[in-house]
Amino acid sequence: MKAAILIQRWYRRYIARLEMRQRYTWNIFQSIEYAGEQDQLQLSSFFSFMLDNFTQLNLISHLLDPVVNPQTDRARLTNHEQIIVPESYNGPRLTFPLTVSQTDALLTAFKNQQQLHGRFVLQLLQETKKLLRQMPNVVYFSTPYAKEITICGDLHGRLDDLLLIFYKNGLPSAETPYVFNGDFVDRGKKSVEILILLFAYLLLYPDHMHLNRGNHEDHIMNLRYGFTKEVMQKYKTHGRDILKLIQEVFSLLPLATVIDNKVLVVHGGISDVTDLDFLRSIERHKVRTVMAKVCITAAVFKDCNMYFRRTIGIFVVDLLWSDPKSQPGCRPNTFRGGGCYFGPDVTRRLLEKHALSLLIRSHECKREGYELCHDGQVITIFSASNYYEEGSNRGAYIKLGQELVPRFFQYQVSHTTRKLTLMQRVRVGEGSAVRALQEKLFAHRSELMAAFQHYDTSNSGCISVSEWAVVVESVLRMDLPWRTLRPRLARLAPDGMVEYQSCFEDMGPGQPIPQVSPNFAETLYRYRTDLEIIFNIIDKDHSGQISTEEFRQTWRLFSAHLGVEVDNKAIDDLARTMDFNKDGSIDFNEFLEAFRVVHKLDSKDQQEC
Amino acid sequence: MAEDKDSAEAIVSEVHRKISEAFDVFDHEFNKTVDVREIGTIIRSLGCFPSEGELHDIIAEIEEEEPTGYICFEKFLPTMTTVLMERRFRPIPEDLLLQAFEVLDQQKKGHLEPEELTKYLTQEGEPFTPEEMEEMMSAALDPDRNVIFYKDFVSMMSVDNHR
Repeated sequence: MKAAILIQRWYRRYIARLEMRQRYTWNIFQSIEYAGEQDQLQLSSFFSFMLDNFTQLNLISHLLDPVVNPQTDRARLTNHEQIIVPESYNGPRLTFPLTVSQTDALLTAFKNQQQLHGRFVLQLLQETKKLLRQMPNVVYFSTPYAKEITICGDLHGRLDDLLLIFYKNGLPSAETPYVFNGDFVDRGKKSVEILILLFAYLLLYPDHMHLNRGNHEDHIMNLRYGFTKEVMQKYKTHGRDILKLIQEVFSLLPLATVIDNKVLVVHGGISDVTDLDFLRSIERHKVRTVMAKVCITAAVFKDCNMYFRRTIGIFVVDLLWSDPKSQPGCRPNTFRGGGCYFGPDVTRRLLEKHALSLLIRSHECKREGYELCHDGQVITIFSASNYYEEGSNRGAYIKLGQELVPRFFQYQVSHTTRKLTLMQRVRVGEGSAVRALQEKLFAHRSELMAAFQHYDTSNSGCISVSEWAVVVESVLRMDLPWRTLRPRLARLAPDGMVEYQSCFEDMGPGQPIPQVSPNFAETLYRYRTDLEIIFNIIDKDHSGQISTEEFRQTWRLFSAHLGVEVDNKAIDDLARTMDFNKDGSIDFNEFLEAFRVVHKLDSKDQQEC
Repeated sequence: MAEDKDSAEAIVSEVHRKISEAFDVFDHEFNKTVDVREIGTIIRSLGCFPSEGELHDIIAEIEEEEPTGYICFEKFLPTMTTVLMERRFRPIPEDLLLQAFEVLDQQKKGHLEPEELTKYLTQEGEPFTPEEMEEMMSAALDPDRNVIFYKDFVSMMSVDNHR
């Protein structure tokens, strides 16, 4: 019947458009994620720049020092035991060695939004550190007879996903061994709880629970991506000590796991110099952070030259940051700023060299939670569902039995009881992707306006869609379907030309900003996250304050490094303004808040809900 | 005359860029190929309404002699350009769509029962798969009255499309 066909055709076209929107939303999120990691590269080169040129500055030289620890671990333990836990605390109280009833208590507590007391966190971390010290860089083990091993990927602080996995698959035990492949923290809001659970099960079942280090198990990444903030917010008294211990624990995490001498599990990937034998020999705990590549404890390598020090770092970086690509060969991973892109030939060669049959890695978000590539020799497994936005992707885990044939299990955490239609899911995801793009446009406003005006010879305020797309792509340097996105980002005049000013209409400063020139303000918006990280590093004791002098020095160095021209007087004035109580120090969180861009329609949206 | 030629070239070049953008969204390997199963989505997102049969014809035209499961951009571009320039498979005007629903609503109730709609769309014309039917039903069904008010449904979908 003709009517039926008509309806079917129309509906299919509608769904196709939705799928298209879903897909470019995904592209936007990935682009922004990788752009963030590129910023990280710039930051790390800034640290190198500072360290190479300004070693007399005490600002960040402590990154080079070993974590100053005059106390022995034993003394520390006694210290922890002396922390008094108030009677009113009704969360789990841990004693060591741990028992199953205690891990059960932890699960229940976290499901009920309770927090573990700082003392027990410290003790747990201390025990974990002791255990990890005994582990090799590459952990070899076998699948127990007639049992399967479960391999999970990135969790990124999503406790709901971990609980869902435990629910579907069973808690860790001798019957149900697990490998967690890194990136337990950052981005999600429950990184602390995840770490506590993973470490608790590690202590309980050290032979059946295996953790690999991911690129986010790194304190400089944690400064940018939220874990440091989460710890300081949840643990006001003991946060600093907890962070210090976590830093040590992270650097002690094994780098790779090999199952049955056949399956290599590592967080990022490999490169053409990866060699498991060499890997086994390095002192992994010396690689505290891979961000500033020279930040390896100087004390140990004082006899080695810089080149050698850098090489050790590179080995570890490659394992934690690389991505597989279909192009053969091995090239630097420019998107992320660390590690390589490795092709199927690199995979084949490594697997042959060590008589392996499969590489399982994580590190990249996949729509279905997993993906195969390199002729099935590489599996990507990702366990944080809804990573970018509600409905963006599934999570998955792998089960591997003795025949070493992987079985995949997918899931998706949902916070609504009613299933969202495709249309609703697309709207939600697209909404937040578009907002992120709007923020980027705003942060590059003056550059964009200059380029728009270059095309607008008649000064009409309008240019063609084509010209608009060309400008945006060249300034933001993001490879996205700008013409398709245009309706979301800019308005058309009645004659079909783009009113380019409308890109910036929906965004504005959150609070009244201090008196600064618009250009200076824009630079501050754009580099806000980087500044946050730098300030957090300078602020060794995490007090939230730095001296005005430190502020001035940092800003001058940073802008010199970026090649941004800033008026020195403007910096001085700003420093003076931000020092509200005139005591010579600045609360940099307040400073950063002042330069946070908000969406003007936010409060309106909330009223409509 | 030269001006006309320029503007014609400009139009074609814009069309090429639009097609290229849509294609790139599905080009996961960054090697200018897409999975043949995604061609339908790409074509429809560019504003065309081929039926399943017409879609198969297009695919047959642009596939390799030995189908590999992938469509490459060099073959896709000229065919798609023609389709767009000739305005083939034009969108369906809202009132025509409404008429189609009214034809199904023989008793002129103003709404359709879920069973009726499901029967038509999964048995007649180019039948929906169970997944397609379920997805449409979840969006179209009024949860309180358990019927489909097709007039509201059509306007709601049209608004979303024009954003």
